[in-house]
Amino acid sequence: MTAPMSAQRREALFWLAQRASAAALALCVVVHLATMIVAVRGGLSAAEILARTRGSVGWMAFYGVFVLAVAIHAPIGLRTVLAESSGGHRRRLDLALAAFALLLLAAGMRAVVAVTVG
Amino acid sequence: MSTLSVRVWRGGPDIGAGGFETYEVPRLPAQTVLDVVTHIQRRIDSTLAYRFACRVGMCGSCAMTVNGKARWTCRTHVQAVAGDGALEIAPLAHFPVIRDLVTDTRDFSDKWARAKGEFVPTSTRSDPFAAVEPASAARRAIDAAIECIGCGVCYASCDVVGWNPAYLGPAALNRAWTLVNDVRDGARATRLAAIAGDAGCHACHTHQSCSERCPKQLAPTASIAGLKRTTAFAALTGEIK
Repeated sequence: MTAPMSAQRREALFWLAQRASAAALALCVVVHLATMIVAVRGGLSAAEILARTRGSVGWMAFYGVFVLAVAIHAPIGLRTVLAESSGGHRRRLDLALAAFALLLLAAGMRAVVAVTVG
Repeated sequence: MSTLSVRVWRGGPDIGAGGFETYEVPRLPAQTVLDVVTHIQRRIDSTLAYRFACRVGMCGSCAMTVNGKARWTCRTHVQAVAGDGALEIAPLAHFPVIRDLVTDTRDFSDKWARAKGEFVPTSTRSDPFAAVEPASAARRAIDAAIECIGCGVCYASCDVVGWNPAYLGPAALNRAWTLVNDVRDGARATRLAAIAGDAGCHACHTHQSCSERCPKQLAPTASIAGLKRTTAFAALTGEIK
């Protein structure tokens, strides 16, 4: 059996995950905003947009990555803020934020499926 | 002769709760804040407690809060900080006050030890000198951070130190960064484990007050960022267990 991970290693890995997801989000947000602006200014209706996204592996992969990055990034940041402002109860906080991460992932993926699978 | 109106914090655990007292000090050319404090102690009130040693910006013992900001008083000219002729001098923030302007630096120093701030040699005096290329990236990283005099200005200026008493602080982490880059050092893994986590480099919010206020123009924020990168890779490779 391997030894449990030290708090130091866990924090360092959380930091890395936070930075990596931030890098992904920077790209995803720009692409997402540009796409929205192009779609709206191009006068596409909801039906026309769905016609383009449904069945598209590319859009599914893009928004899948986007949602995954959000589900990683937001809880880690929130965890730091809450740990600093509340102090103590670290384990309970970690469990609550793991649940929050799963909620973000589930809600986000539901939206991705709705737009790309239908 | 013009005078300076100087408010000085007086008090400490042994003499009761503190408060500011005002002194009138003659204004002199090229006068430093330490000159002002010394004048008060020698000419006005000999019971004023303060700490200094070298007077030339080497020893790091005379730092105080001057008009709200932590500064080394021996190299701070009155002209630069008291344009309107008013000075307020208080002990450094985040350090327990012993008396008047003298603070207890034990916690600050202990954190250097907790950050494994001591060099751990890997060779003996009978071994040949280590060859360290001056232009190497590691040596240049050390050069950028090595001139710390331990004055505590960064520690007093850091918001995170105020919020999280366990936080090692900019000076100790900056010291650790110089050793992490030292190819002769033999305690890299232990040191990285000591400086990672909630009380270590990951607590830094990159406010950069330390780099802004460092009287030696060092950038502890950059050192801490280096430690974050290094610990991330060390965590991935298992160097930090």
